[in-house]
Amino acid sequence: MSTVEQTRPVAAPATPPPDPAPAGPETRRDTRSIHRVDVVAVLGALVSAAALTGLLFDQIAPFSGVVGFIAIAYPLFLGIYALLLSLEENGLTIRDKLVSAVVHSSAILAIGALVAVVIYPVIMAWDVLGLGNFYTEDMAEAGTLDPLELGGVLHAMVGTLEQITIALTITVPLGLVTAVFLNETKGAFTRLVRTVVEAMTALPSIVAGLFIYASLILLVGFERSGFAAGCAISIMMLPIMIRAADVVLRLVPSSLREASLAMGAGQLRTAWHVVLPTARSGLTTSVLLATARGVGETSPVLIAAGYTPYLNFNPFDGAQVSLPLATYQMWTSSEDTMQTRAFGAAVVLITLVLVLFVLARLLGGRGAGNFSKGQLRRGLRASARDRERFIGAARDRGAPGPVAHNPVAHSPIAHSPIATNPDPGPA
Amino acid sequence: MTQMTSVPDALAAPEGARRRVSPSGGVDRVFRAGLRGAGFTVLGLMATVGLFLFFNGLHAISVAGFDFVSTQTWEPDSHHFGIAAVLVGTLLIASVALVVAFPLALGMALYISEYAPRWLKRPLTSMIDLMAAVPSVVYGLFGSTLLQWEGIDIPRWLSIQFHWIPFLDVPEADPNNPLAPENVYATSTFWAGLIVGFMIMPFICSVMRESFTQAPPGEREGAYALGSTRWGMIRSVVLPFGRSGMIGGTMLGLGRALGETIAVAMIISPIFLIQPHILANGANSVSALIAQKWGAASEFGLEALMAAGLALFLLTLVVNFAASAVIARSRSGQGSDA
Repeated sequence: MSTVEQTRPVAAPATPPPDPAPAGPETRRDTRSIHRVDVVAVLGALVSAAALTGLLFDQIAPFSGVVGFIAIAYPLFLGIYALLLSLEENGLTIRDKLVSAVVHSSAILAIGALVAVVIYPVIMAWDVLGLGNFYTEDMAEAGTLDPLELGGVLHAMVGTLEQITIALTITVPLGLVTAVFLNETKGAFTRLVRTVVEAMTALPSIVAGLFIYASLILLVGFERSGFAAGCAISIMMLPIMIRAADVVLRLVPSSLREASLAMGAGQLRTAWHVVLPTARSGLTTSVLLATARGVGETSPVLIAAGYTPYLNFNPFDGAQVSLPLATYQMWTSSEDTMQTRAFGAAVVLITLVLVLFVLARLLGGRGAGNFSKGQLRRGLRASARDRERFIGAARDRGAPGPVAHNPVAHSPIAHSPIATNPDPGPA
Repeated sequence: MTQMTSVPDALAAPEGARRRVSPSGGVDRVFRAGLRGAGFTVLGLMATVGLFLFFNGLHAISVAGFDFVSTQTWEPDSHHFGIAAVLVGTLLIASVALVVAFPLALGMALYISEYAPRWLKRPLTSMIDLMAAVPSVVYGLFGSTLLQWEGIDIPRWLSIQFHWIPFLDVPEADPNNPLAPENVYATSTFWAGLIVGFMIMPFICSVMRESFTQAPPGEREGAYALGSTRWGMIRSVVLPFGRSGMIGGTMLGLGRALGETIAVAMIISPIFLIQPHILANGANSVSALIAQKWGAASEFGLEALMAAGLALFLLTLVVNFAASAVIARSRSGQGSDA
């Protein structure tokens, strides 16, 4: 547009000739969506809102404290920002920028809430986190009035680990097989299972606890124990894991599956050698995320295992506490030391969840068929081995040449776009 | 489709018997049977949840009769109990949670799908997933010991300014007395709902984000080409395309809010009256009732709690089925291989 205007200046009669300056290299049109004016307007509105709130605060305003400050400053900020924009923009732009400001601030609020929720227990439990006994003792010796140097949450850590192990032993095989079932079969029954599983993902965890209490404890005759708690957690985790794994398996390209079937592989071989390895990282993620959810559940343990201050290694005998339940029980005490211990247990729990979560992101998060560097290297090495094998086999049969012609096409990852690279790696 | 067009060729070459393609047998039949077995197991487990609660709560329900849904107090040992108060409390807490979570989740989902720079999208999605994985007892700690005392001015201001709205009134409060205790504004439906809202926000957000990113790029660019601003494009393209995702995600969040236990139990101070004043202290929910009464309940008390659990289960089941139906409709016609 601008080039046309500049190279063909409009004839302007009786005026001096057009300015020669545009004859130089054209200035580039600014297509950035953020201009300096916008940044200045936002900053100006922020500063003036903060200043105005500072003035109003404690004088007229009905609020005090940080929350109150933000509650007043935020509407002021929006108002002042709109006012600043209205100096030079039209209504459409003002509305656009205001919505943008609101969307940005809701993102900041959500992330801020997450950070606050995670950091707050760390601050509150700082005194107890540095003490070694907190990680190596149970609460058998320590009463509510004892100092922090006595007692810890070892019993809860042991309980959490044992219960989640029990839950995983039940959930992983059953969950993954069911996810494969949902993907490998079609029909009314499959649809029914999928619908029920989806509806059960939000099964209240306390209902899962009640169910295990009614079935395993009242009917079968188990006592309230870590095993019952593990079963209750697995009831709660099962739909979550099935659903996540189902989504991951659905992303396996059907061309891969069809290629395997066309090569003459049966359904089991296709599932075992093509579908599951392709979705491996996604399946790992689904297991880890479900574990992170299961670890943090309080109410199933509350109902199915019960609280005990003693270390109990045997999940089949007697009450066994877990980290979230210990947090809850210690928090109900009114003593400061117990509350500090509750925050400490919460920090240990958060750390566990964070570790699981980071592991899930490191191992997984890759789409089906996208390989990590190591997987790619291994795949290429396998291709190279196959190539040697084919060449060797061909030589044994005394027919060199055409068989060894295109080894990559036989490689197990030949379908991956990266592996179509003609260089078969370290040959 | 391409196989269909090649049928005439097959007819043209009649020599040789037609190869029968039968479902692979042997191992695969066992494999499919195993898969179906797993499916049956899961379906059986999920179906028996309701059955077990029903048979264990049946006695209590038959003792209470219709009073079970109309009585407010919870004294099962004198056979005088009902879920009227806790059920209303559950619904109130869930409504507050939705009022908090919906705009927040909408803003966050729009930010991730429309506003955030490309490199920030994945980390933000991870953080939202992490927010869903933070245990509810941690949210409970945050809400019960920090937030409701730090932010006590908000319900006070709301109740003083808007006391003419019936449910925002705080009857016990005395705004003219500067030394009045502040705790009439704490441990209320409002704070429980606020924290539950933060807890369900990530679930709503991830469904919304998924449906927003599915808005077709052609329509987006068309809106821009017609001179629309970014908000104009969002309003005319992204939001209409994501509508069923928004509704479904919100209902999914509602299902979770109804069943949330420990965070609610930690924040509220339980009362057994229908408490319509959401800012006033004292609230209750079905799941918090079960968590708090479980330890000290008699045998009949346990049966009564089972009956309450059955009511909660049925409520969440209805909401969840509706939610997954709405979400499934929003995903219909979208295969994984485009």
